[in-house]
Amino acid sequence: MIELINVSKKFGRLSVLNNINLLFEEGQCVALIGPNGCGKTTLIKSILGMVLPDGGDIIFKEKNIKNDFEYRKNIGYMPQIGRYPENMSIGQVIEMIKNIRQSNNNIDEDLLNQFQLNQMFYKQMRTLSGGTTQKVSATLAFLFNPDVLILDEPTAGLDPLSSEILKEKILKEKQNGKLILITSHLLSELDELVSHLIFMQEGKINFYQSIETLKRETGEDKISKVISKILKQQN
Amino acid sequence: MNRIIKFIILDILKNKIVLAYTILLAAFSWSAFSLEDGSTKGVLTILNIILLIVPLVSILFATIYIYNSSEFIELLLSQPIHRNKIWLSLFIGLSISLLSAFLIAAGIPLILFAESLVGFMMIVVGCLISTVFIAIAFLSSILSRDKAKGIGISILLWLYFALLFDGLVLFLLFQFSDYPIEKMMVGITASSPIDLARILILLHLNVSAMMGYSGAIFKDFFGSNLGLFIAFMLLICWILFPFLLSLKIFNKKDL
Repeated sequence: MIELINVSKKFGRLSVLNNINLLFEEGQCVALIGPNGCGKTTLIKSILGMVLPDGGDIIFKEKNIKNDFEYRKNIGYMPQIGRYPENMSIGQVIEMIKNIRQSNNNIDEDLLNQFQLNQMFYKQMRTLSGGTTQKVSATLAFLFNPDVLILDEPTAGLDPLSSEILKEKILKEKQNGKLILITSHLLSELDELVSHLIFMQEGKINFYQSIETLKRETGEDKISKVISKILKQQN
Repeated sequence: MNRIIKFIILDILKNKIVLAYTILLAAFSWSAFSLEDGSTKGVLTILNIILLIVPLVSILFATIYIYNSSEFIELLLSQPIHRNKIWLSLFIGLSISLLSAFLIAAGIPLILFAESLVGFMMIVVGCLISTVFIAIAFLSSILSRDKAKGIGISILLWLYFALLFDGLVLFLLFQFSDYPIEKMMVGITASSPIDLARILILLHLNVSAMMGYSGAIFKDFFGSNLGLFIAFMLLICWILFPFLLSLKIFNKKDL
């Protein structure tokens, strides 16, 4: 569904993505993990066309995304730090995006209702706490029933209850056969969700495997243990 | 795209600064015509406003507005919208707001009080100058991520075009007064949108006789239909060039 071929990106002299080759298929739930600054967000933003790679191609549903924008109809993106126009209210932001997308897909307001955002539609974006902003981001990502969900640190800053709501929603969409890309540092949260694991280091893919294979090879059944074991072996 | 433009215009209206600008500009224009006895004097007063205040407000408001829209731009970028559309919508939204302010505030008194040809010229030139400085604002705000630096660039550009450039031209005229540089001056004028606008208006005000020999040359050039056409084209280039350059940079920018 999404293919990255030799994607590289440099910020000045710093090489952030180094010849990345990846293939994502429908129904996968892929966790993208790695130390801070290893290029996870840059990778995600390249797929979204917000960062333009220096070299290589990104293919979305058999079409190169270079100079294309229509493909973003199929993507729901939840940024790590959502930035919204400060003087707009929650309701206005959601209305505006609905208005702009004019999506024909049925609108999915599950999260909107479960996070009870309806009750604070009048609140201005600048007055929101980090967690509430995250809820708005999550709602917007799932709102248009996209085929691909890209979630950058989805549960960071959410209270346990909301975090659980979001996780259940992710599971549900995974069962609907959607491709889900998650970055997270909370490995324990990923256990129940993900089917594949990518470990990035210094702009390179260290490994990309299905969880079952990894668990079989290492004999562990927690993602955190799997990773530490692999890293030890590599050293 | 229309929907994005609508959002931007509504947002600018909510901000109320453009509203205040409209009221102030209207107060200036109406008092200029009611205080002076002849309409020419009133037109000259408004000309000075057009050449100083309109560019200043346009460039500063547009620059700050673009920086403040960074969240809005980021939000739109993850949606299925072409980058060109986002940038162009911002430009059109800002232009429509600031031009309507100018048309309402200065346009109405100009139509009512000034000679029809001069009034019409002033309105067209005012709109062009306003748009030129919005375009320059787009360029200076895309050149730097740092807000203070971007606004600084805008202020310096305004100072240069509105005040410094004139001084430079005078300096050149005095230094080279022994040489026949009048024709060259026509060319130099083209490199400042404000001077271009000033000469266009002055030539239609019948005060160009006071401008001496170089005035005669200007009249020879800008007074003819061809000269008028070239001057307008140059002003339009002053809109297109900075804006298209900023669009090119925006399309390649990582956000």
